[in-house]
This record gives sequence, C-alpha cells and structure tokens, in this order.
Amino acid sequence: MLGDGILKGMAETARNFFGSYVSKERLTTVEYPEQRIPTAENARVFPFLVYDGTDWEAGMRCVACQICEKECPPKCIYIEKSADKKPDFVGKPQFYPARFDIDISVCMSCQICVEVCPFEAIKMDTQFELATDDRFGGLLEDRQKLAKSNEYYHSIHPTEAAEVDARLAEEKAKVEAKAKAAAEASAAKAAAASSPTPPAAPPAKTEGGS
Amino acid sequence: MSVVETKAERVTGWNRPPVIEPDGEGELLEVAMGPHHPSTHGVFRMDVALDGERVIRLKPVFGYLHRNHEKIAEGASYLASMPYTDRLDYFCSLTNNWAYALAVEKLAGQPVPERAEYIRVILAELTRIQNHASSIGFLIQEMGASGTPLMYAFKEREKILDLFESLTGSRMMCNYMRFGGCRVDVSAPWLDATRKVVAGLPAFVDEFEALLSSNEILMARCQGVGILRPELAVNAGVSGPMLRASGVNYDIRKVDHYGIYDRFQFRIPLGDHGDIYDRYMVRVLEMRESIRILEQALRDLPAGPIMDAKAKIRGFRPKPGEAYGRIEAPKGELGFYLISDGGPNPYRYRVRPPSLINLTVLEDMCLGHNVADVVLIFGSVDIVLGEVDR
Amino acid sequence: MKTVEEIKAAIEAAVPGAGVKFVSNPSPSAQHSLRLAPESAVAVATFLRDDAELAFDFLSNVSGVDRPDKEVAEKVKVTRTVTKTVDGPDGQKMEQPAEETVEETRKHVEPGFLEAVYHIFSVEKKHGPLVIRMRTANRSDQTELPSLTPVWRAAEFQEREVFDLYGIVFTGHPDLRRILMWPEFKDFPMRKDYVEPDDFEYEPTAHDEVLKRAEEHKSREQGSGIRDQEAAAK
Repeated sequence: MLGDGILKGMAETARNFFGSYVSKERLTTVEYPEQRIPTAENARVFPFLVYDGTDWEAGMRCVACQICEKECPPKCIYIEKSADKKPDFVGKPQFYPARFDIDISVCMSCQICVEVCPFEAIKMDTQFELATDDRFGGLLEDRQKLAKSNEYYHSIHPTEAAEVDARLAEEKAKVEAKAKAAAEASAAKAAAASSPTPPAAPPAKTEGGS
Repeated sequence: MSVVETKAERVTGWNRPPVIEPDGEGELLEVAMGPHHPSTHGVFRMDVALDGERVIRLKPVFGYLHRNHEKIAEGASYLASMPYTDRLDYFCSLTNNWAYALAVEKLAGQPVPERAEYIRVILAELTRIQNHASSIGFLIQEMGASGTPLMYAFKEREKILDLFESLTGSRMMCNYMRFGGCRVDVSAPWLDATRKVVAGLPAFVDEFEALLSSNEILMARCQGVGILRPELAVNAGVSGPMLRASGVNYDIRKVDHYGIYDRFQFRIPLGDHGDIYDRYMVRVLEMRESIRILEQALRDLPAGPIMDAKAKIRGFRPKPGEAYGRIEAPKGELGFYLISDGGPNPYRYRVRPPSLINLTVLEDMCLGHNVADVVLIFGSVDIVLGEVDR
Repeated sequence: MKTVEEIKAAIEAAVPGAGVKFVSNPSPSAQHSLRLAPESAVAVATFLRDDAELAFDFLSNVSGVDRPDKEVAEKVKVTRTVTKTVDGPDGQKMEQPAEETVEETRKHVEPGFLEAVYHIFSVEKKHGPLVIRMRTANRSDQTELPSLTPVWRAAEFQEREVFDLYGIVFTGHPDLRRILMWPEFKDFPMRKDYVEPDDFEYEPTAHDEVLKRAEEHKSREQGSGIRDQEAAAK
C-alpha cells in the first residue's frame, strides 16, 4: 500500500521516542552545563608546564631548549631564555625560561610540542572552559598561568603521569649510579695514592692523587 | 580584468554540459544560492539561472574558505603539516592523515610495521562509517526531514568520536598518523570498547535502513534525479561513492593495494542508474562492508611495534624527488603530491581534493531539473568546504 | 602497465614529431615522468586516452609548480695575456707579454619557468599513475600552455586553480577565470616570489618572520593597510 515505507519509518521513530522513557541508551542527551560528561583520560586541549614539588619557579622542568617553539606549527609559543642557570631534577644546572608565552587563540591543540619535548616539561591540559571577553591579551597565557604541579598532572592523566614519573626516576637513578661509580673510582684511586706500600706503582706517579 | 579571453570552444559533445534552451520568453531569473545557506554544507555559492523552476545554467563559486594550506605547508616542516591535514576534510581527519603519511612514506621509502597498518585500517573504516552516516543524514535533512535521521547518525558518530578521543586525544582533529606508523599504541580497554561499538553497528545500519530506504518521499525525490553517466564520471575525474553509484567498479582499496587491504574480504557496491538514490544506497552498503572489514581487522590485529625503528620525528629530510600517494577517502580519491628538494620543508605540496573534482559535474547533473532538486543533487555529491577550498 | 620508457616509445610511434622527454624521479617512489612539448600536448593526451592498451581515461590531479630564476655562480679558469715588466739583459726594465691563469667567478641566471604536472590513471585497465609535465617558456610574459580540458573534463576546475594561483594561461580552456581568489585579485599567491599585502594584525607571540613583519608594519605610517591601498588605487 502507498505509505508503507513512511509508516515503517514512523514505527522506528516511535520506538526510539517511547523507548527513551524506558531504556537509558535511547536517551542520549546530556544537559550541559548542569550535567557534564567526564573528559576522556587522553583528551588534550591546551598545553601547560609541569613543575615538581611546591615551588613553581624552582621545580619547573622546562630548560628553555626552544625545541617546542621551533616545531610548533602555528608558532604560538614564545620563549626567552634566562641569563642564569638553576639545577634540574638530576642536579645539573640548566637554563630556565624567563618568559614562556602561549597564545591559546592560535594554538591548535596538535600536541606536537608534547611529542618533541625531551624533558617531559610540557603536557596537555584538559580544561576547555576558558572563554574570556578580552580578545587580545586575555588568551595569552604566561609562564605563571601555565605552570601546574605534577600532582595536577597525575589527577588529569594518571596513566601517562605514572609512566613519565617512572621514566624520570629511571633516568635519575642512572645518573646517580654513574655518579656513585665515578665517586667510587676516584675514592679507590685516592686510597691507592695514600696507602703506605704501593705495590708496583712508582711513588712519583701517585703523589698528586688526593 | 578577471576573465581571460582565450579561444573558448563551445563544444557540446558528451564532455561538456548540454545547452538547454529556455521555454518561456523574457529573461532568466538569476539566483545566487549561498554562501549563507543552510543547505550548502558550508560557505559555497551556486549562481543558478532559472527559467521558471528549471535550471538553465549553474556555476559553482567557492573559495570562501581558502586558507592557502599548500603555501603554509611549504613554509612548515613535514611533521608540522600533519595537524593541518586534519582540517582539510574536517569530518574525516584520520583518512586525511593517512593519505599524507602514505605520500610521505612513498617519497622517503619508509616502511610501516604491521600492527600500525591494522590500526590504520581500523580507524579509517570507523571514519568511513561515521562519514557516510552523517552525509546521508545531511542529505535527508535537506529533503526536509528536520534532522531525525541526522541525529540517529550523530548518535553513532558520537560513540565513534569517543573512541577517537580516548585514543588520539581529540574527537575530530586527531593528528594521529606519523611517517612510519602511528603515534600512540592502542590499549586492550580501547579494543574492547571498539568491539562493543562495532557489535552495535549492524543494528544501527538496520535501523537507519528501516527508517529511510523504502520511504516513498525519499524514493520519489531521489530516483531518476541527478543522473550521472559512467563515461562522463570517469572523464571528469569523479571518484568515490559517486563513481561507484554510476556503475564504475573502481575502488582504490582494491586497485592500488595500499596498506594491507588485500588481506580483508569485502565487496564493492555498485549502482545501476547513477541517481541520488543509488548514491544513498551505495553509501549504506559501504557502511555494511566497512563493518565487515572492522570485524576482520579487530580479530587479526597482531602484536608488535607501532612505529618503524628508523622513523624520525624531528629532522626529517627526505631525499630530493617527488611522489604522489592516494587513498580511498570516504569522499573519493584523496591524493597528495609532494616534491622534495632535500630540505626540511616540502618544495611543493599539493592536495588532490575529491570534493572539488566531484563538483566538476554538478552543472551536468542539475541542468533541466527543478531548483529544489539542485539542493538534493548537491547534497548527494557529499562535499566538505575545507577540502574544496583548502 | 608498461614502463614509462615503453610508453614514450608508443607515443613517439603514434604521434610523429611529439617531442616527449623522459624525466627521472630519484626518490624511492620511482614515479618517472614524461615532459611533453606544448605544441603536441593535446595530440599526445588524446592518444594516451584513446589507445586500447594504455587507456588512460582518468585524470586524477593537475598541479602547478613554480621554478624561479636561479643565479648560478661558477668558477672558470681564464687564461689572459698580460704585460709584465721584467729585468732585461742590460739591466733595464722591459715589457714582455706573459700568460697567466686566473680563476674568475662568472654568474649567469638560469631562467625559471612554471610547470603543470598531470597524474593520469586508467579506470578500465586499473593501472597508473603516469606523470606528464609541461613547461612554460618563462615566468613573466610567455606563460601559456595548451589546456587538456577537451581531453579530460577533470582538468576544468584544476586548471582554473593553477591559473589562479600560478598564472599559467591555459589556451583552449572553456572558462578560464579565477576560482579560489576573488575576481579582482591581482597577484598569483603560490608563486615563490609572492609578497603578501600588509594586512598585519595584532600578534602577541610574534617571533621569527612574524616579528619582522610586525616591526615593518609599525615602522610604516598609518594608512598602509590593504583597504587604504585599494582606496588609493581608485
């Protein structure tokens, strides 16, 4: 009969309409902002700088190597190196950024800066409710606004942060092991220098040991 | 002076649109449909000359979204162009990424590990399903269905986009493929979630078809409207579901054997008449074939690395030369032509946009029809302005 | 599919006087191309489309490429005769011709050209791609090439785009006008020597080229934006 196809379609729509009162999966609307869907763990919005510990300036991992600035496709990062150095997480003195600006009106959330950073210093945040009415300066995030603690990083990306922490701990352990081995070797050399009967080494050679 | 005075031939063979003589007397009514138009899929204009309701002449005008992506790519490195390719066909960012990665891998001779190839196939077929569902939904909305089939399509699309977000970090601008593999590995929970979504897809396609395929209004408005003959389709460079709806058996997944598509069993749906209804049916059947490919790929996914060991992220400089790489994107043949001069940036970067080439025959299909059919025919071409204008 | 050399031989057999050159592609993709002479391009294209064995009926891609003029400096050894003053046998100074070899740097300009590159495939035989190219004589006044739209309709919009962005005039194109830029636009944006108009806006993280442009913009006086230029031109 003419109209069969339309009736079949209407039966589908009716099933969905009445079904939405009964089954949860047919009611797919989420009433934002009263209800919010939790963001996926891997979601990325805009970058932020990670710092260890409680002092955001002293604990910041960024060493101003400017790799992220070079690789950023829309060139939204602006870095100025500092004049002095501060120790990083293994104790080696490194530069730090005197200025680190990201223009989030230009940033396209591509995550390339995170991918190329060799120091795990810049990661992606998940906050997107950043609307402001200041068009030009309000969307420029400076060093202080970008600095967020490692605990915050753990709270938004737990698996990723755990992996990063494990990697950094491994690197630190390697550097410490190397330092310990070097200290042991020089201590052994000093002990050999100050021992009374050097077995086969001529005294002149070991004089300047310790 | 904008129009160049060349010796234009008024060729009216089968290669050119036919000349239609208007019926009535008086002037033709010239209507500019767009660029602000709810049915033009973006900022797109059609200068239509009407005799009453019949279309006598139709010239598409675009360029409103031209961002000169090709020139930006000449100034950026190869990796930096990858997020820009997301924004070409913004519905199908993962297939855009794959086409670009394929072209660069051809240029540099870069192999890809097996697990990465399987992941690429899974994501591309998911992209194809959500693209076909949305495009049918938009077509039906232009017919006047006020968005009901569109919202059903978007319901499934949301599930697929949630999968993309949990894997790549972003719902639409995924930036996931790299030269030599994929960026992040898939985890076991993600695969379980994908299997659940794929298990629910056949029911969705059945529901979609029950809603639409035998609908009398759809059949009356779409059958016999906007016919595209196969010889003209091939000569005009039309590709994708539009070409197959005209009966031409040409699917780049089967022709070029790129990736690992040879390992999967899937069929190619072909249309008989080349009208809008055939394009709609070809898209629905392609969704079903994509589900088959997905089930096979999820079953056979091997373990292994996802990036080639010798692939470089920074400092990638392919040797001088050129390459053209293409894939079967949901809209058609998406190709990238790259010329390298040995530096970190490409010397020439060209996108072959399927939506733009498919629009070549818009005039041919619309001539003689009513102006109400123009909207439908245009919707069945399935374009995205980000790709047309780049 | 036959190799590119075999296709070249087939073209030269079928279209006499075709002027086809083989261009090698050093990359691993091994997609070698054929350079056509503009005079016989339409005939060669028609042969490629209609031949029973090649059957290249699908034109996939038309690109423009800009090769600007290149200044080449080469060192050349030049032998010159110079007169030298030497001591003569009587103790006076004498002038004697002598030869000396000097290295000179000679500069010459290799003329640039615009190129159109076509990628064609076969839907019937399911093979491809074949790459064909055509060069213009130079970049300034002789920028015409024959249009292949009468052979493959797919070239219609793409040749318009190459005309719009590079400035190659395709003779025989049914409707050659700008496609992506607006009709009153003057320059050709994809050329390597394209200068962008000064429509600079506020940029908070300016560095590298953007910083240079910002400073150039500030140093110019008010009234140099694109709107003022257009108003001044009227």
